[in-house]
Amino acid sequence: MSLDAAAIHERLQAKFGQKLSHFEAAAKQPFAVVAADAIADVAAFLKADPELAFDNLMCLSAVDYPKEMPPRMEMVYHLLSYRHAHQFVLKVHLPREEPRLPSVEASWGVANWHEREAFDLFGIVFEGHSDLRRILLPDDWQGHPLRKDWQDPDFYNGMHVKPTAQMAERAAGGEAIGIGPFAFTPPNKHVG
Amino acid sequence: MAIETAWTAAELDTDEMVLQMGPQHPSTHGVLRIELRTDGEVVKAARPHIGYLHRCFEKHSENVDYPGVIPYTDRMDYVASMGNSLGYALAVEKLMAIEVSPYVQTIRVIMAELQRIASHCIAVGTYGMDIGAFTPFLHLLRDREKILDLFEWTCGARLLYNYNWIGGLSHDVPDGFVRACRQFLREYEAITHPELMDLLIGNKIFIKRTAGVGVCPVELAINYDLTGPNLRGSGLPRDLRKDEPYSGYENYQFEVPVGKGEYGPVGSCFDRNIVRAHEMAESAKIIHQAMDRLEKLDKSDVREKVPKRVKPAKGEIYARSEAPRGQLGYYVVADGTGVNPYRVKVKSPCFTAMSVFHVLAKGMYLADIIALIGSLDVVLGEIDR
Repeated sequence: MSLDAAAIHERLQAKFGQKLSHFEAAAKQPFAVVAADAIADVAAFLKADPELAFDNLMCLSAVDYPKEMPPRMEMVYHLLSYRHAHQFVLKVHLPREEPRLPSVEASWGVANWHEREAFDLFGIVFEGHSDLRRILLPDDWQGHPLRKDWQDPDFYNGMHVKPTAQMAERAAGGEAIGIGPFAFTPPNKHVG
Repeated sequence: MAIETAWTAAELDTDEMVLQMGPQHPSTHGVLRIELRTDGEVVKAARPHIGYLHRCFEKHSENVDYPGVIPYTDRMDYVASMGNSLGYALAVEKLMAIEVSPYVQTIRVIMAELQRIASHCIAVGTYGMDIGAFTPFLHLLRDREKILDLFEWTCGARLLYNYNWIGGLSHDVPDGFVRACRQFLREYEAITHPELMDLLIGNKIFIKRTAGVGVCPVELAINYDLTGPNLRGSGLPRDLRKDEPYSGYENYQFEVPVGKGEYGPVGSCFDRNIVRAHEMAESAKIIHQAMDRLEKLDKSDVREKVPKRVKPAKGEIYARSEAPRGQLGYYVVADGTGVNPYRVKVKSPCFTAMSVFHVLAKGMYLADIIALIGSLDVVLGEIDR
């Protein structure tokens, strides 16, 4: 039987109590905020409980909110039950410095790659993840580009990522830049 | 009589071998590298490496305004761009509570279904080519060309359309479009589809090569969030066009084909492909109905509801649509202050399909790996974004 978001939240509240800090019923897609350390247990419960039966993790996203007070990162879990055709959204608030939370890979296999992506692009560490490596970016990439305070590096393995001050100067002087061999060897900050 | 040149077991190396397949392998449908640990012909473990086509879609989205994201969405699944921009337009329309007119909805359905046929032409055609049947590919590509001609006629582009805008469309369909489209469907239904079913799907070699290979049970498919033809191939009749209709899909009569396991266990490579083949015929049915509907509707300005300035109030939405390769989800966060999206996350059906690959590939023969990749129908542009 399909349950609405309020009923799902009620069941979660009864089971986990204090671990659920907030429920936003007025949002377009109502969501509950779960404490970071409880997310794996909540996930396991949501999947195993026969009346909830959230067998599918539709989407797992990370969002960076540096301007909120306090600054935070969010993990957002969009869940679907194929059996009951109801949906629910979970959120976890994390500190921007050293964001860590348990992996939900044990409940939904697809979380493996989604969590790797969040690790790669946001630097969020998932405890208990079987294979936490970069997935989209090269293994030797430094930093996490989808964070809001991301600054492009000047060089990546000796290649210009963006025009340097010298290049801008040369371009202003009417010189063609970025074509042919470089007139100077840039220092490589990643290798050697 | 024993052959004297035969090697004895003691002379053979019995170590496992690590084989790098890709990133330029022609059967990886783009730039995908798979690290295979093989014991002779048997794959002991497989590890896909993606990211070769990563173009920072999500970072780009944060740096352009809402309508500016649409051309970038086209470049994700470049085999089926219409579905991508439709999904994004639906998400932002939901966020801003824009209702498009039935006229626009109907054109969107026609375009989305034409795109589905065109996309499955590539999917099934190249799949045949991957496992050794070259001719069906040519037949299917011929029909894909006809669809691309229709798209070109409508919006000027053959591959990356920028067609579905927030609140409308970039162009109305040209005069005579319906007639040309009907002509195409007549040819498709009379010639190409029966050809496809006879030449490829019903081919004995094709069946032997795909039935019982790469079997994905339905529980595994749900656990790894397989959607679209991959999920339906496992026998679960779930289709967003039926379950949560958008763009007026509730007005059309069509079947949701599922894998039945005619030649072996349900969920094999064969089932995923026959589902795609049947879906092409169902799409043709939808287009017929949509064109009947379009002819009855009054022509309206397709840019009527396109907002001059797209600036949604603070909020967020996760919107799904049934793209040719499965459920395409957009998680769009608006902060209410800027004209740029605060965050756009794409749940790509190919990404999740590739994430189950290592489970399915375990214990398969090396030659069947090719059959498995093709049957999941991944487009690397969408995996890497």
